[in-house]
Amino acid sequence: MRPSRPPVPASRVFLALLARDLRVARREIVSFLVRSTLQPLLFVVVFGYLLPKMGFVQRGYGAALLPGILGISLALSSLQSVALPMMADFGWTREIEDRLLAPAPIRLVAAEKVVAGVIQGLVAALFVLPVARLIMGPIDALTLAHVGTLLGITLLGALAFSTLGLWMGTGIPPQQIGLMFSVIVAPMIFFGCAYYPWQGLSAVPVVKYAVLVNPLVYVSEGMRGALTPALPHMPWELVVVALVVMSGVLWTAGIRTFERRAVS
Amino acid sequence: MGGGRRASVARAVGPAVVTAPPAIETRALRKVYKTPSPGMPQRGVSGPVEIIALDGLDLQVGAGEFFGLLGPNGAGKTTTIGILTTRVKATSGTALVAGVDVVTDGVAVKQRIGVVPQRPNPDRSLIVIENLVFHAAYFGMPKAEAIRKAQGLLDMMGIGDRGAAKVDQLSGGQQQRLMIARALIHDPEILFLDEPTVGLDPQARLDLWELLRQMHGEGRTIVMTTHYMEEADRLCERIAIVDRGRLLACDSPRSLKAQAPGGTRIELTLDGDAAAAAEQARGQAGLLRVDVQGAVLSAYAERPGEVLAPLIRTAEAAGRAVRDIHLAPPSLETLFISLTGRKLT
Repeated sequence: MRPSRPPVPASRVFLALLARDLRVARREIVSFLVRSTLQPLLFVVVFGYLLPKMGFVQRGYGAALLPGILGISLALSSLQSVALPMMADFGWTREIEDRLLAPAPIRLVAAEKVVAGVIQGLVAALFVLPVARLIMGPIDALTLAHVGTLLGITLLGALAFSTLGLWMGTGIPPQQIGLMFSVIVAPMIFFGCAYYPWQGLSAVPVVKYAVLVNPLVYVSEGMRGALTPALPHMPWELVVVALVVMSGVLWTAGIRTFERRAVS
Repeated sequence: MGGGRRASVARAVGPAVVTAPPAIETRALRKVYKTPSPGMPQRGVSGPVEIIALDGLDLQVGAGEFFGLLGPNGAGKTTTIGILTTRVKATSGTALVAGVDVVTDGVAVKQRIGVVPQRPNPDRSLIVIENLVFHAAYFGMPKAEAIRKAQGLLDMMGIGDRGAAKVDQLSGGQQQRLMIARALIHDPEILFLDEPTVGLDPQARLDLWELLRQMHGEGRTIVMTTHYMEEADRLCERIAIVDRGRLLACDSPRSLKAQAPGGTRIELTLDGDAAAAAEQARGQAGLLRVDVQGAVLSAYAERPGEVLAPLIRTAEAAGRAVRDIHLAPPSLETLFISLTGRKLT
């Protein structure tokens, strides 16, 4: 019998998988940024620049809008970075098989995808924040004094949406993915307290409490707490707990559907 | 048949193997796929439909052996490979690879195996050489070594100049060779190939055979599925014939051929149902056995030249015209047909 190679530590397999995803992401950086940030930035152009110029919207609206736009970009990029490749990976030829055959538990492959999604969410957020600020012009309430909080919320938000991407990418039949994006993602964005602060919904209490199932609410509100702390926002403790719990639930659901797809 | 099988292992690969643990062992392996009920629900039929892919398969492959799984489509070959390579979960039974249980220690199994899938499934987001370099990285290989080995394998596969190409720019045969290179780059002990020559042109097929012999010569265990008799006959030291998830026979090609029903198989295709003709032919002298399936009458004879003309007359006497005549000497094919009543392809 041929001598076998020494076992490979799981951490090494993980880093190799991550290197692969980052190589692919780097190659597709332009289409990635367009896909996940163009729509939010166009919203910024219209609602953060044109309408205030025309006088339809108050100048102060930018302070409410910027954190939300950051949240949407983060959500879309993390979600798509995991969900879309999963479609191809588990598609007709099962491209993911070479990674499933890597000498590591297949959960590690899923975990790596989530981490790659978090990193891409981070990149999208880093790109959108200065660009959006540039388009909107100076925002009085905006402060970068809480960079640590901002980073923490960004990471947690990216985690929540990457795990959502894992679940959607493996749990939804490929032929229905377009429909599911319309049915899940569009309402999520519009009811995600991205374009308005959660406190504002006190005017419509039913909506105010119904939207609490939406992870984007916590990301947007967390961003408000970090970027415009002087304006009304959810307490960060609530944001952190909600995002951690949601990430846990979505990971549990996502890993189940992933394993079901990976091993028949 | 256990004793006979063990004896043939020794004959095929030498006595050293008998003491070493088998490279692969399956015991009562069973796989049932549950599929949603198709189409409109029918009265009295409810719940998912069960498809039995494997029905208690026992296999043993010695270390260093070149082993073939032969059977028609749907025989359970791909499912067997899938279970042994940790990608399919058995419903019941045990599967050991290099003495390691594929369920309880899949990681250790994956460490030792290389897999060539039935359909090329390259990583289309990566260029050709990256497919190999990253796969090697998943197995912990340092980058410089991985690049060197990747280029060497691409050269060996005759696609050394396509390293920077996109995977989609490769032809089907080239993609298949890329898959073989990928299966080899981490130097596995055991190589699984699922119908590796389907879709290859004749020259590419011969090249692949040569390569597989070379891999085997280096001491690798090779498990290959095929539905080409000739391929199994030429390459494999032992062949398991499977059909409908069951093992029908397992032995060296030579011993299997000796088990084939005696004589040459004479196949007459008639212009209609052959049952009446077969009934009359059964009394004919010189025929060892007569089978019938639809319009095809199969007779086995030691001296086909002597019985052919009377056999045609018998068919015509039964009111049928002979459309086609085919003679096949004793082979794995005639054995397979006699075991299953069906053709392989």
